[in-house]
Amino acid sequence: MAGAGAGGNDIQWCFSQVKGAVDDDVAEADIISTVEFNHSGELLATGDKGGRVVIFQQEQENKTQSHSRGEYNVYSTFQSHEPEFDYLKSLEIEEKINKIRWLPQKNAAQFLLSTNDKTIKLWKISERDKRPEGYNLKEEDGRYRDPTTVTTLRVPVFRPMDLMVEASPRRIFANAHTYHINSISINSDYETYLSADDLRINLWHLEITDRSFNIVDIKPANMEELTEVITAAEFHPNSCNTFVYSSSKGTIRLCDMRASALCDRHTKLFEEPEDPSNRSFFSEIISSISDVKFSHSGRYMMTRDYLSVKIWDLNMENRPVETYQVHEYLRSKLCSLYENDCIFDKFECCWNGSDSVVMTGSYNNFFRMFDRNTKRDITLEASRENNKPRTILKPRKVCASGKRKKDEISVDSLDFNKKILHTAWHPKENIIAVATTNNLYIFQDKVN
Amino acid sequence: MSEKLGTESRSEQTGDEKQDTQEKEAVVPERAEEVKLKAKYPNLGQKPGGSDFLMKRLQKGQKYFDSGDYNMAKAKMKNKQLPSAGPDKNLVTGDHIPTPQDLPQRKSSLVTSKLAG
Repeated sequence: MAGAGAGGNDIQWCFSQVKGAVDDDVAEADIISTVEFNHSGELLATGDKGGRVVIFQQEQENKTQSHSRGEYNVYSTFQSHEPEFDYLKSLEIEEKINKIRWLPQKNAAQFLLSTNDKTIKLWKISERDKRPEGYNLKEEDGRYRDPTTVTTLRVPVFRPMDLMVEASPRRIFANAHTYHINSISINSDYETYLSADDLRINLWHLEITDRSFNIVDIKPANMEELTEVITAAEFHPNSCNTFVYSSSKGTIRLCDMRASALCDRHTKLFEEPEDPSNRSFFSEIISSISDVKFSHSGRYMMTRDYLSVKIWDLNMENRPVETYQVHEYLRSKLCSLYENDCIFDKFECCWNGSDSVVMTGSYNNFFRMFDRNTKRDITLEASRENNKPRTILKPRKVCASGKRKKDEISVDSLDFNKKILHTAWHPKENIIAVATTNNLYIFQDKVN
Repeated sequence: MSEKLGTESRSEQTGDEKQDTQEKEAVVPERAEEVKLKAKYPNLGQKPGGSDFLMKRLQKGQKYFDSGDYNMAKAKMKNKQLPSAGPDKNLVTGDHIPTPQDLPQRKSSLVTSKLAG
């Protein structure tokens, strides 16, 4: 059982909430494309294929209801990106939100970056709970008073009003990417951030929208020679000069911006050697890294490829220090997974707050957790069947071959349309957000 | 006494010997899958992770109907039929001229997300 917490006791995961429509007929716009907690964990943002962002806020803990933590309720929702059209290439630019990243809170307002394939936007989310009333020259509805009727001076005062949460786009960072943006990452200096597409990585300043610096460019002079693309990139959590990017060939490059302006030459190259006799048609495709995440400590990084999660020590480039199999039983299904394109699914992964447990999604609405200390793992399911709050989730097991035991599910019965690509872990608590195709599940550990 | 929930499976360690036997066993299903795939698609390129595959990835995006492209292609083809989009994985998007039949449905108007409902 995925363990965490001071006592080292195994934690039990319970259903807490589920958001989204119940019906099976999923509109494309409702497909969730990103999930992210903010730095305190109080806010949880989701982005979808329709370009919309929904932010949930955790309720303040109720002292009398000490057996559960606050629920997440809708705080703000807005249309972040809209569909656009590239007239030159007759191509549509999808409004799908690829990534959301929160800025650390500096004042009363909250800020986040959201991006689609081409444009990054900085959104300010602010609360308004009072408004000025009693203007001298205006009526309450805004009409100007006849000046001849004004005989005394009236100074407006702020009076309380119903809480209003407003989202406004403060910066739009556009026209810097020829290819599709797959990652954004805010630097620990809180002033700059990077955006990565298939072939290039750009460095931006949060205040400046009309230019960005290109820091990585892997586009070959002749596109016929193209052999790999950038799949993900992230800044180091503490060292503002360091970032990593992963490739479709299963490598990760660590770059130091102090070394040169253009970081085409990596400082470190992380690659696990492959036995050439094991190579098959699928090898490269399944080695493509779909996500890379630094640990909170900054000492490790985690990568997700099609079948596994790997933990790398930044001090050791030649192989990962830990490897966890997510769904090894799929290795004998690669042919059909190639045919139905599932082999190209991009799963994300995440760390818990103390870096002791990692989590990633799988098919059939299953998700997996691996405890790095106890080396135990668990498979859980996001399903409306376990709908009552504080219902403890039952572990799931997939039967790869042979006689299927009771309560096990065979590989051939797995629903490959039910994929969990996006998961997020609260930075401090054992609260997780798991996105199925169009629903958001929140699970918490059992609190006694 | 509460039962420990969770499957007790040892996660893979990177010990050499264990990895060897496990990988040998793993390679057999992977190779068998490769044979299956080659049997179904004999024309599949030699370099799967190579140019074609990546080019397709870079050009992802709904290609819309462009009357200029369409009419020019039709003029070139003269009497022959225009090829329509097939499930051929080797087809590089750039070569395909969308035909009116390939046009996708109009997008529905923007509404509030059901997550906020």
